[in-house]
Amino acid sequence: MNLRRLGSIVVKELRQLRRDRLTFAMIIGIPTMQLVLFGYAINMDVRHLDAAVLDQSNTARSRELIAEIAATDVLRFKHTAYSAQDIEALLDAGRISAALVLPPDFEARLEVRDRPAAQIVVDGSDQVIQSAARQLAAFPVYGSLGWTSRVPGVEVVNFYNPQRLAPINTVPGLVGVILTMTLVLFTAIALVRERERGNLEMLIATPVSPWELTIGKVLPFVAIGLVQVTIVLGVGKLLFGVPVRGSIAELYAAALVFIVASLSLGIFISTLARTQFQAMQMAFFTFLPQILLSGFMFPYAGMPVPAQWLSEILPLTHFLRLVRAIMLRGADLIDVWPSLAALGVFIAVMLVVAVSRVHKSLD
Amino acid sequence: MPPVDDTAVEDAAIRARGLTKRFGDLVAVDALDLTVRRGEVYGFLGPNGSGKSTTIRMLCGLLKPSAGDIDVLGCSIPRDAEKLKRRIGYMTQRFSLYEDLTVAENLGFLAAVHDVPRARARERIDELLDTYRLADRRKQLAGTMSGGQKQRLALAGTVLHKPDLLFLDEPTSAVDPQSRREFWDSLFELADEGTTLLVSTHYMDEAERCTRLAILDRGRIVADGTPHDLMRNLPGRTLLVDTAEPRQAQRALSGLEGVIALAQIGTSLRVLAADGDHLEERLGERLKSEGVEGRFEPVAPNLEDVFVAATRKTLEDRAQEGKAKEGSS
Repeated sequence: MNLRRLGSIVVKELRQLRRDRLTFAMIIGIPTMQLVLFGYAINMDVRHLDAAVLDQSNTARSRELIAEIAATDVLRFKHTAYSAQDIEALLDAGRISAALVLPPDFEARLEVRDRPAAQIVVDGSDQVIQSAARQLAAFPVYGSLGWTSRVPGVEVVNFYNPQRLAPINTVPGLVGVILTMTLVLFTAIALVRERERGNLEMLIATPVSPWELTIGKVLPFVAIGLVQVTIVLGVGKLLFGVPVRGSIAELYAAALVFIVASLSLGIFISTLARTQFQAMQMAFFTFLPQILLSGFMFPYAGMPVPAQWLSEILPLTHFLRLVRAIMLRGADLIDVWPSLAALGVFIAVMLVVAVSRVHKSLD
Repeated sequence: MPPVDDTAVEDAAIRARGLTKRFGDLVAVDALDLTVRRGEVYGFLGPNGSGKSTTIRMLCGLLKPSAGDIDVLGCSIPRDAEKLKRRIGYMTQRFSLYEDLTVAENLGFLAAVHDVPRARARERIDELLDTYRLADRRKQLAGTMSGGQKQRLALAGTVLHKPDLLFLDEPTSAVDPQSRREFWDSLFELADEGTTLLVSTHYMDEAERCTRLAILDRGRIVADGTPHDLMRNLPGRTLLVDTAEPRQAQRALSGLEGVIALAQIGTSLRVLAADGDHLEERLGERLKSEGVEGRFEPVAPNLEDVFVAATRKTLEDRAQEGKAKEGSS
């Protein structure tokens, strides 16, 4: 490994990157855009959801509660239902997003306080509506009577999607998703481009070794990855107040390990692909399982066992554990060493496979 | 043509014996023997797919031969390929510098990659920009230059580290005739400075300028020697038929025994024929019987005749080999 040669490759790569406006815009644009889109969609302050009301008790107090909830402006009662079937039909037709149900024994429940007095049925397929309903769950049904019981006044039932995604979990996860989507793709493309454009044939007739070339081309992306992490954390803090409870240094250390893992996946892809387009296709092929099975979209615990095995192979799964532990639980790296070790194994395997293939592809 | 006995050549820059490359069932290079002396401008002439590029790649150590021995500048290839890379330059068929880097950035990158010390690199780059008339294009992106300029830049990049031996793979396939002539002048300047050059081409006029030449066909060298010797020793004769109806004459003579090739040159017909008695009389009779007026005039063979005769011969040889095989089975 010759440092001057390595340096000249890094400089060349940065120059090319600077002139490739589209790629450069994507590197900075993708994290900002995704963060803003994801973040606002989840945290949006919902108003005027179409709703139905089913008042089976029909007393003065039930009517009072309906009026109070309507006054919050979160729900707008456009329909009056007369049975649970009415509500189901309205939900299925997409005409309402939520329904308020007051049981016949509403007043008795208010007195005894052993069960929730009211129920809000929610279209759980929609994240935004779910989070709005959660706000209503805290509604002080008992009014001036005082609120002491352990039983909530309003029970929220997710009609379609029993699982809920905490918005605070999304931003740390986004760090991983954004790094995956940009770094794997750009590394693979950058390496294949050299071959596709014929530069490689000129380079292999020079003293440059394949590893000087690979490392030199990939190093700028390590820096780019760290810049992206900073953007996501900064914007996340600024717009959504997402906290970093653990150590910033440890967070960056974990991100660095994950960046290297993503780059090694990109290097591996570049040894398989002949053209930039193929590299892009293969990179996308790895995105789907990473985003769906890593626990970013759906919780790991809820997945069937074979999906969990697959999930364990994916670097994003382990990074999500690391980043959530450090950012939200304030954990130390030592506490989460198994995830760190898993990423290390992933890097080692990818690079070993890539090395054996690089020699072949240059022959 | 008998192979030249060159085991005695002391000052060989390239020596290959039995060089073979197979890609699956395809034999791209077939037991090729080659000797290139130091200081020569050695040409590879052959059609596309004749194995020129594959041979050059093997000689550079970029491709592992399936069989055979290679010695380039005293390095045994592929074993010493890394050592050799510091002493050779390889100019690829396609422009292979970075189109999104400037002229100066490209050369600076190559200097670093070739371990040319910084101070000397700056001097050398200035010198090359001057030699190849690129000084005013220093800050221009390589991708925005013309074919001729790109090619001069590529040559500058190839000779930047002052290699002893240059491989050029069809270097002039993308440039106009004027640039081609200038480019060859540059090559001779390099040869004057003591660089050995191996150039592949499919242009006859370029091949004719080489000091020595090998004609490749289907992975084999079918003729080699100096262009002059090749033309002088052409077994056969070339005639020009002066006729008012060259197309009718061509139709009349094609397929006649002893006729190797016919080509219309403007308003006359060029005939390449095997040596034989009463050739002109036989040709004349045929023309007369077909009702074509024509007058024969012997002319000196050119390189194209050599090329046609050499590649034609292998066709016949192979056809006969095929027949022999059929008969024995």
